[in-house]
Amino acid sequence: MVQFLLNNEMVKLQAFAPSLSILDWLRTNMGKVGSKEGCASGDCGACTVVVGDLINGEWHYKSINACLMLVGNLHGKHLLTVEALTTKMNPAVEDLHPVQRAMVECHGSQCGFCTPGFIMSLFALYMNFETYPGKEKVIQALGGNLCRCTGYQPILKAAEKCFSYQNQAAQNIAHKDHRFSKQVQALTISLEKDLALNKIPMIENTTSEREGQYFYLPQNLSQLCELKASHPKAQFVAGATDLSVEFSQRLSYNNQLISVRYCPELMQFNEDEQGLHIGAALPYSEFLDRFSEIYPESHELFERLGSLQIRNAGSLGGSIANASPIGDPAPLFIALNASLELQSIRGNRIMPLQDFFLDYRKTQLAQDEVIVAIHIPTRNPEFNLSCHKISKRIEDDISAVCLVLSYQLDGDKMQDVRCAMGGMAATPALAKNVAQALEGKTFSLENLQNAALQIQVDFQPLSDVRASSAYRLQVSRNLFDRIWYQGSGKIQLQQDSDLAIHSISAIHTRINHASL
Amino acid sequence: MRHFKTDKPSGSTKNAIGSSFIHESAVKQVIGKAAYIDDRPEEVNSLHAYPVLSTISSGKILSIDTSDALQIEGVVAIYGTQDIPGKNDIGPVFSGDILLTDDVIEYHSQPILLVVATSYQTARIAARKVAIEYQETAAVIDIKEAIANKSWVRPPHALHRGDAQQAIKDATHQVSGELYVGGQEHFYLEGQVSIATPTEDGGMFIQSSSQHPSEVQHLVAKVLNQPFNYITVEMRRMGGAFGGKETQAAPWACLAALAAYYTGRSVKIRLARSDDFKSTGKRHPFYNTYQVGFDDNGLITGVDIDINGYCGYSPDLSDAIVDRALFHADNAYYYPNAHINGNRCKTNTVSNTAFRGFGGPQGMIMAEQLVDDIAYYLGKDPLEIRKLNLYAPGRDLTPYKQKVEQFILQDMIAQMEQESDYWARKAAIESFNKTSPIIKKGLSLTPVKFGISFTVQHLNQAGALVVIYSDGTVHVNHGGTEMGQGLNTKIAQIVAQTLSIDMQYILVNATRTDKVPNTSPTAASSGTDLNGMAALNAANTIKERLFEFAATHFDVKPDSLALVDNQLTHEKGQISFAELINLAYLNRISLSSTGFYATPEIYYDREKAEGHPFFYYAYGIALSEVEIDVLTGENTVTRVDILHDVGNSINPALDVGQIEGAFIQGMGWLTTEDLSWNDNGVLASNAPATYKIPAIGDTPAEFNVTLYDSKNPATTVFKSKAVGEPPFMLGISVWSALRNAVASITDYQFAPSLNTPATAECVLGAVQVAKDWLQDQKSEKQGTDKKGTGDA
Repeated sequence: MVQFLLNNEMVKLQAFAPSLSILDWLRTNMGKVGSKEGCASGDCGACTVVVGDLINGEWHYKSINACLMLVGNLHGKHLLTVEALTTKMNPAVEDLHPVQRAMVECHGSQCGFCTPGFIMSLFALYMNFETYPGKEKVIQALGGNLCRCTGYQPILKAAEKCFSYQNQAAQNIAHKDHRFSKQVQALTISLEKDLALNKIPMIENTTSEREGQYFYLPQNLSQLCELKASHPKAQFVAGATDLSVEFSQRLSYNNQLISVRYCPELMQFNEDEQGLHIGAALPYSEFLDRFSEIYPESHELFERLGSLQIRNAGSLGGSIANASPIGDPAPLFIALNASLELQSIRGNRIMPLQDFFLDYRKTQLAQDEVIVAIHIPTRNPEFNLSCHKISKRIEDDISAVCLVLSYQLDGDKMQDVRCAMGGMAATPALAKNVAQALEGKTFSLENLQNAALQIQVDFQPLSDVRASSAYRLQVSRNLFDRIWYQGSGKIQLQQDSDLAIHSISAIHTRINHASL
Repeated sequence: MRHFKTDKPSGSTKNAIGSSFIHESAVKQVIGKAAYIDDRPEEVNSLHAYPVLSTISSGKILSIDTSDALQIEGVVAIYGTQDIPGKNDIGPVFSGDILLTDDVIEYHSQPILLVVATSYQTARIAARKVAIEYQETAAVIDIKEAIANKSWVRPPHALHRGDAQQAIKDATHQVSGELYVGGQEHFYLEGQVSIATPTEDGGMFIQSSSQHPSEVQHLVAKVLNQPFNYITVEMRRMGGAFGGKETQAAPWACLAALAAYYTGRSVKIRLARSDDFKSTGKRHPFYNTYQVGFDDNGLITGVDIDINGYCGYSPDLSDAIVDRALFHADNAYYYPNAHINGNRCKTNTVSNTAFRGFGGPQGMIMAEQLVDDIAYYLGKDPLEIRKLNLYAPGRDLTPYKQKVEQFILQDMIAQMEQESDYWARKAAIESFNKTSPIIKKGLSLTPVKFGISFTVQHLNQAGALVVIYSDGTVHVNHGGTEMGQGLNTKIAQIVAQTLSIDMQYILVNATRTDKVPNTSPTAASSGTDLNGMAALNAANTIKERLFEFAATHFDVKPDSLALVDNQLTHEKGQISFAELINLAYLNRISLSSTGFYATPEIYYDREKAEGHPFFYYAYGIALSEVEIDVLTGENTVTRVDILHDVGNSINPALDVGQIEGAFIQGMGWLTTEDLSWNDNGVLASNAPATYKIPAIGDTPAEFNVTLYDSKNPATTVFKSKAVGEPPFMLGISVWSALRNAVASITDYQFAPSLNTPATAECVLGAVQVAKDWLQDQKSEKQGTDKKGTGDA
């Protein structure tokens, strides 16, 4: 059984298909059709709902794609759908929730099909900020919601206006101070109690009546490893941002699932003298703030990794285990010389990430193993990092090329150079010849350009829907010019202000917030 | 003086027209209660159907084995061509569009069979389990192959005036060029969906997300071999359409009806997104070439344009679409001598179809390329060349011999030059580009002149039904369909204004073929022009009856009667509208009326290639500023200013919404929306993961939209103008500005051709061409210099 809150009611599900998405459950089983299916692949946002995590008795809300997240992973959560925001039957504009009211008053809906998704993304934004957080945050919050009618201008206005209703101030506080109603508060207490009682039975959850179907929710790493050992066909699931696409697009349903989201060892984020340790199942959005403080140069990559809904659901472990040839995080962590901690009932092993990928979607992960965490060595002051992503669209697009370069600056010499790329081969991989060409050299345009000539030695990229082979080679070569302009821009800001300013253009403020 | 206010709706019924009422469904949409077809509660026992789609692009079916599929639990039946009681050809105008095929495959993902099952998932899974053997033949994907083979879906048609080739030859200067123009997926957020439910009469009740319910009615009737009156189609709202549900909604409705016909149960079909991508038509890609002759000032003397549309495997609407491309290859410019030919090329791809602009954009972009090329050739500012060549009194005849009668672009451009600081910004950009090694800026102002009317004459008609109930409330139906554009809201405003009653008393809802018959598609931007006029006529008919009745009943002079603010006033007093209606009811006055409208003046003689195909033109201009990165080709639109002519706006907020949305859609078409097929004709960009429409961050940082203050000189409803399509083509300014940024590399002496969509890859390619050109110039110059030295 899984148990959670849906709007202001308690839900206890005894049996359900493990591959059932929240969206299909809402629309087909619950008759809640406010959330729409636009693509069933997490790319349009029409199905966006808000999910609350209960942390120390407090609900923390975030937007996710209902078409991707699986119902089994709702255990212990609060699911909020568009139906929850206004309870009146035929509301006047003034009766609406501020985000709904602002969308109406700003003419933010035309055909209206994307609208419930926008409302829920706006609602999550509204719950997480006291005042209008500025356009950049709005674009981050809504980058995963597509609208084909409005051109977004009225939605941008609504995102600002919803924070401005004076007479609703009291109501807003009530909303933000949770949790909508006394009813929800009471339900929360009862949910907490039930969860405490159910802690042990949870791992025995066989969710479906049908034979051979299960959705396990192990509570710790040893349970998880034992389950995997005894269920070799089982697939791990965290945010299901890739897995659900297999279901909805390829129609290859795996109904033998083990959730990694309830296993504390996989949900940690630690810093110590060895460096950073990121739990494999921890959603991106849970560690990005701190990570970006340490590695501000990676901000662009993460900001452009999927949409906020994806970052709220997806995890490093999921991305790495799936071994996408592009997988934006992988080149970064290879360049950071990260290693993976793998666990099975046979024991624990540590492996450099760069050795993990074998071939197209093939890895070193044994059938009974799980990725527990990603370890990143401590950053020292001489460490330099440069991250670049080229794609057709800035928001929510997969890289044609992803390039990450790291090195230690010893005086003016580059040492320990690592260059990792995605989109250039069957797996994310090191550009070894490029790195070798830079090792021990000074940071100069000439040296960078010479090293860039080695890209074609390291890689023979394919032509596909995202880019041609020729473009991939040319643009990755040219990115070494950009690395120099950015690096030197920082150094020579005083001497050559024209150059520095001109590379800080609107494009780069859009595609590279952090490094400039 | 501007009379447009987009902020607040007016309180007075006198101003229903011109006020920014919110969309009639806005509140329902934000609370999730606005129901789309898939949201409707399903009937007990209802079924789901899914098509079996071909996995090759060209060839023949050798064998079909459905045994595995039929064994799946929940599969009810599988139907094929042999089960169709009526016609299998559902071509909307010309024959050739096939519902199901059992023999020849002409495009990838062509429907072959229909699987019916108890659930959506089961139907989809079973559809993939049908085993089909094919004999594959080489697919024609390359348009040049189709052109070389003269393989057309319809015969070519050309416009001609004077001797274009002679004029070009005689001109002081000549330039020529070519352009590949990409297609576009509609990406309506609500995919194709339809429900068919058998009626007790033996007919069919169809709910279809369609812009053309009447055509769905007719085609379902033909497929089932039933009379039209036994088929009823209802359409409340679409989750976006953009032309993609004009003809493309019908096959799914017909297939649902086929399954419902045999099973006697309600059947729903809803296409999964990637199947929607692969098996429904898109905007036509085009391959166009041009030659132009002009004088030292850049004044055009002759133009020869060849336009080739990728039509796909069948005619669908391609004849009219390529015609519209021809009619807009002049855009706003006068061509004294012109030859403009249009080919309808047959390719082994899904049949391309209507999409906002309907071929107009793919023709218009040639006019804009040609004026830009003239400017770079002569070293002049492109805006100067545009202004010089605009239609003007005495230079007012189009290549299809319709006279242009309204000349407002000159004034609009003058207003924009001043208010948006064109010349100062141009100077600033040029000086920026001189010192910026990586980032180059570009600026371009492009106009739009778009012809309004269906070019197929008989479609320019509409009907409406206005019903007043005895409590004074009003129900309006009309032949148009609501797809988000706010048509129902505008119709309600028109009726409110005519009857001088508040909007709250008027309800406009589902379009139904049993309420208003024989309707035209809601397309060609004509929704309000046609249906608004029909609703106005219906309301006026009732108003006349009410006045006639009131004059007798109250014994007052007819000319003293007036409807004002929910009341009837006359020389002796007044009475509320509701009371008047009740009184009229008690005195047995008819309180309902149909209304009808047919657009006057329009015709086109295809033999002579001349006529008056458009009732009027809508105008607009856009000034776009962009940046490109010459290392990567990445680009962004930093500022856009739009001045657009909607005549006398019925609802400024809705009109601005159409303009903003259309512009962004046009920008997407020309920048990030990249349809790519592999060599076998499989659409590789078949989902939003690989096909990128603009996202919220793509909205220009500065985006100013202003309505141009003018009335439509033509007799349209409240002197308004159509707004759906024209602003789409304002997006061409972005493409032209990108070329302008690339041209900065050659110091504006030469702009490489920039095929669309101008993705980063495409822009980087153009940057490379510009750099090579510059290099050639330098080495040529060096060569000349050396030679010079040697000679001395």
